[in-house]
Parts: sequence; structure tokens; C-alpha cells
Amino acid sequence: MKKTLVLTAMASLMGSSAFAAGELNIFNWGNYTSPELIEKFEQTYDVKVTITDYDSNTTALTKIEAGGHGFDIVVPTHSYVPVFIEKGLLMETRPDQMENFNNMDPNWVNVDWDPGRHYTVPWQWGSTGIGVNTTVYGGNVNTSAIFLDPPAELQGKVNVVPEMADIMALAVYYVGGTDGCTDDMEILKKARDVLMNAKQHWLSMDYGTTDKLSSGEWVASVNWNGSNFRARLANPDVVYGYPIEGYPLWMDSVGVLADAKNVENAKLFQNFIMDPENAAMISAFARYSNGITGSDAYMPEDMKTAPEINPPAELAAAGKFAPACPKPVQDIHTAIWTELQK
Amino acid sequence: MARTAEQKKARDGWLLSLPALTLLILAASGPLIIIAIYAFLTAGEYSGVIWDLSFKAWFQVLFEKDIFDGTVSLADAHLTIFWRSVRLSLLTTLLTFTFGLPTAWFIATRPLKQRALWLFLITIPFWTNLLVRTFAIMEVLRVEGILNKILTGLHIIPEPLQILYTDTAVLIGMTYVYLPLMVLPLFAAIDRFDFRLIEAGYDLYAGRLTVLRRVILPIIRPGIVAGSILVFVPSLGAYVTPRVLGGGKKMMIGNFIELQFGAGRNWPLGSALALILLLIVGIALIFYVRASASENKDG
Repeated sequence: MKKTLVLTAMASLMGSSAFAAGELNIFNWGNYTSPELIEKFEQTYDVKVTITDYDSNTTALTKIEAGGHGFDIVVPTHSYVPVFIEKGLLMETRPDQMENFNNMDPNWVNVDWDPGRHYTVPWQWGSTGIGVNTTVYGGNVNTSAIFLDPPAELQGKVNVVPEMADIMALAVYYVGGTDGCTDDMEILKKARDVLMNAKQHWLSMDYGTTDKLSSGEWVASVNWNGSNFRARLANPDVVYGYPIEGYPLWMDSVGVLADAKNVENAKLFQNFIMDPENAAMISAFARYSNGITGSDAYMPEDMKTAPEINPPAELAAAGKFAPACPKPVQDIHTAIWTELQK
Repeated sequence: MARTAEQKKARDGWLLSLPALTLLILAASGPLIIIAIYAFLTAGEYSGVIWDLSFKAWFQVLFEKDIFDGTVSLADAHLTIFWRSVRLSLLTTLLTFTFGLPTAWFIATRPLKQRALWLFLITIPFWTNLLVRTFAIMEVLRVEGILNKILTGLHIIPEPLQILYTDTAVLIGMTYVYLPLMVLPLFAAIDRFDFRLIEAGYDLYAGRLTVLRRVILPIIRPGIVAGSILVFVPSLGAYVTPRVLGGGKKMMIGNFIELQFGAGRNWPLGSALALILLLIVGIALIFYVRASASENKDG
């Protein structure tokens, strides 16, 4: 009690504009939330924060739909934000009317998955590309051919992460599709054929890319840019390729759940992470970009020049955001995926 | 008088075990009923189910409509996955038996005081989480792992072997993980074995192999059957081991079911597959009951 009083006094002395004591329960991807950020939030607002991990959008969706979860905040990928909204699981907290909203990068305001930002705030965004160890292969890495038609040096040594949506999108783009959720059977058939043919050259389909690429156990793998960044910091030979044929972009977004118990704290959190200094903490931890202008000033020096964060213009253009595919397309993807892993 | 006391004792026994029985029945049948219902529903758009009766999941288990030309054929991919699971589980059972029998024999023939220690050693791996043990095996098998370091260091092989991410790695992992489940029932059977029977066999001019085949194996058969079931059933549903050591390139039934509940967003198919898995386990158990029944007849 005494401690609370002291903290309350301190908080009011600091002149914090909004104040709410209590709890906040965050449901986020594993190994993704900066502990420093949480500590700062707890101290600023005298809120006890609890973080629970999940490993996929469907897991998060299923648990939240089941009810009784007790979470206030969830961080779905952009493709799942409309699903959450459509099912009435997110609260319209109007981040666009919050104090720190003017810090949001204008590019991320009118997005397809949340036009005008009535529900969500960007957490981090990134790309799915390819990590290659240059001591084994010195050629062009900016192509999906690294895993879909591997050069001789990499045959039998490529890892492919078992992320169906990402891999299907990469394969569809590689064979000339422009829409990751295309229902064009010609394209899907070509995508299947190229995947089936490539599989013989793969070593494994597994996660753990950061560790295994940096240790040299894997010399090439489909990978996410932030993960590759961390791998390169540990092993400078690991470079990141942006497939010129097209590659998926994604943005994880912070939303408040419709049945949240600590709504005010959750809103405070949404506002809190739009502060450039706080957004920089998120990025400094997981090594992905955030969507907040001015956060660069607070980022570690190596983030500003990292090739994983700053793609050259012609490669940046090949990145695409795709929605969650409609059920019929999804079923085709699953059928191809099953055949691939049989 | 004695009879009513007996009856009362029996009735009290039932009453006392009622809470445990209720829990057991609810916990065993509850989820099963849900799965059985889900298998006959329609898959939801993003996850879950829609409450419309559908047999599509059952059709999908065995048949597939070619996504490109619409022809219906046997689901080759599904059968391959099922066959791989059954084959690897049978091989695991065989391997655990091969290693388990001498181990159990060794323990059962130690002096009484030492046996507790040996059994204790067998159970130690259970203290550690399965995932941790599987990752430990991964560290042993990987290209720059202990095994390859030793083999190349001793110049037994010129280059490191790619064992990790193969069916061999899955087999090694499952054999390691399930070995205690084979050793313990075998030990229990051998422990009760009357070793004078071996001498009797020799006296009757049986060779060592004949004694093993005609005397020892038939008598410890209940242990063999129990151990085999205990190894075969969890191997069939194995998820972690094929996922971690197999490198995820080739699925087993467990991984295939997970796909349907996860990225595949097809809960009815996942439920139907889970029931099929249960059916295979059921067949194995019927085999077990039969085997132990005929054992009694022989005895």
C-alpha cells in the first residue's frame, strides 16, 4: 500500500497526463515483447503487466473465441486483424484519436486491414525472405530460387520454415502470380509443381532459424528479416535476400479485446507504444521495424543501416501484404502442403 | 453374516472409488465425444466448426478430389503418412524390445539390493521433460554434434553424417524415449520367472536358442505384449520427436492432425483423423487382449 502511494505520488509529480493503476494482461507472440518496455510501462502507470505467449494467429484466435481468457490486449498479424474485427473480438478504441497518434507513420494509417486505424496500433512489421551463408554460396540471394530451384552449392542444404501461408505466397509469386491468395488454378498448379520438385533439395522444414543460421548448421533458409538480423550480428556471413519475384510483408498489430477487463490500461498501452522512444524499445529487442516516425532517433546505431531493415528501392517494391486467404483457396493450400510433407 | 460384511465391503469399495471413476469417465469420454461430434460438422472459415452435418471429413480421410482436374482417387498423401506412422512405430517397438530384453534380463538377475538402483536409473529420464530430452538427442545427432565429432575424431568416418532430419533420427529418438516403457514390463515378467526352468531345459538337451525360444519367451510373453503396446501406442501418436528430429519434412499422424487444427483450419478432418488413430490403437489393444487371453488358456 505504501509503495502504491509513493508510486502514485511520483507519477503525479512526473505530471503524467493519464493515470490508471491496476493490471494489464497482454497476449503476444513468444520472445517478442521487450522487457524494458514493459518495465517502463509498469513504472509509469503503476500497472502490473502479465504477458502470455502464443505461437500462431489461429491459436490466438481460437483461445480468444473460446472466452474466459482474461486477456486485454492481443497482437494479431495484419492478415488476421479483419478476422478479429469481423468476429467482434476487438474493441473500437480509436487509436486515431489518441494523444500520440501523430507519431504514426502516415504510410501505416490507411491500411486495408484497419482503415484509419480505429482498432489497432502497429507493433512491428517485417518481411519473409531468405537467409544465406555467403561462405557457401556467393551468388545472387535476392530470389526465391534459393529454395525453389537451389543452386548446386545449396542443394540438400536448404531449410524451409513450416509456415504454410508464407511458403505458398513465395511459391505463387515465384511462378508469376501477383496475388498471394490467387484462385487461378494454372498458377496454383505451377506453384505446387515447383514446390514438389524443390523438396528433394531441402534439408529440413523447421524453425529456429536465428540460432541455426548463425551457428552455420544451416547455410540457407527461408527466414524473417529480424531473425536474420540477429543471426548476422552473431555471424557476419549470413546475409538476407529479398526475393525479386515477390515476398510477403506482414505487420503485427496491437488491438484491445472486446471483453477486456482493463480497458483503460489497454488504451494507455496503445498510446504508450506510439511514443517514438517506446516504439524504439520494441524494435531494439526483436529487431523488426515499428510503424512510428521518429523512433529511429532512439534506436541502436546498427538498426539504422541494417540491410535487413532497409531494403533497396527496387527490392522493397516486391514486398506485398496479403490477407488471410478465403476458405476455398486455403483448402487448396492445405492440400498442396499435405502433399509436400507426406 | 460374513457374507453381508463382504457385500458391505464391496459396496463401500465402489462408493469410495466413485469420485475417481466419475472423473475418469468424464475425462476420457468428454473430449472424445466432442471430437466425435466435430468429425461430422463443417469446417469454419478461419477455425472451429459450423454446426452443419457433413461427411466431408470422412471422405477426405481416404479419398481426395484432385484440386486441379477434379478426379476422385485414393488419398495417396494420407495413406503414405499413415503407413509411415505405423511402420516407424512397429520398428520402434522392435528396437526397444531388442535393447529392452537384455536390459531387463540384466536387472532381474542382479542381487535384490542392486535391482532397486538399476530400476531407479531406468526411470531417471522421466524426470526430464520430453521436449528437453528430444533436443538433447538433437544435439547428439546433428552434423556438428557429439556423435559426429567422436566418429570423425576417431577417423571412423571421413565426413560427418547427416543423421538429423532423417527417419533414422526419428527412430533413434523414439527408441530412446520409449525404451523405459518396454524395460519395466519386461522386468516385471522376468522378475517372476523361475530360473530353474532354464536348467530343466538344458537337462532335457535343449540348446541355448531353444531355451530362449521355447521356455523363456513364452513365459515372459505377457511382459512382451504389455511392453509392445506401451511403446507402440504412444509412438503412433508421436508429435514432438518426428517434428524435431525428422526436420518436419515428413509428417506422422500426430503432425498431420496438428496441421488440420492449425494452419489447415480444418477441424472436422483433424477430428476424423484423431478417431482413425484411436481405431488403430483399438485394434492394437484387441490384439493385446487376445494375446493375453490365449496366454491364460496355455497356462
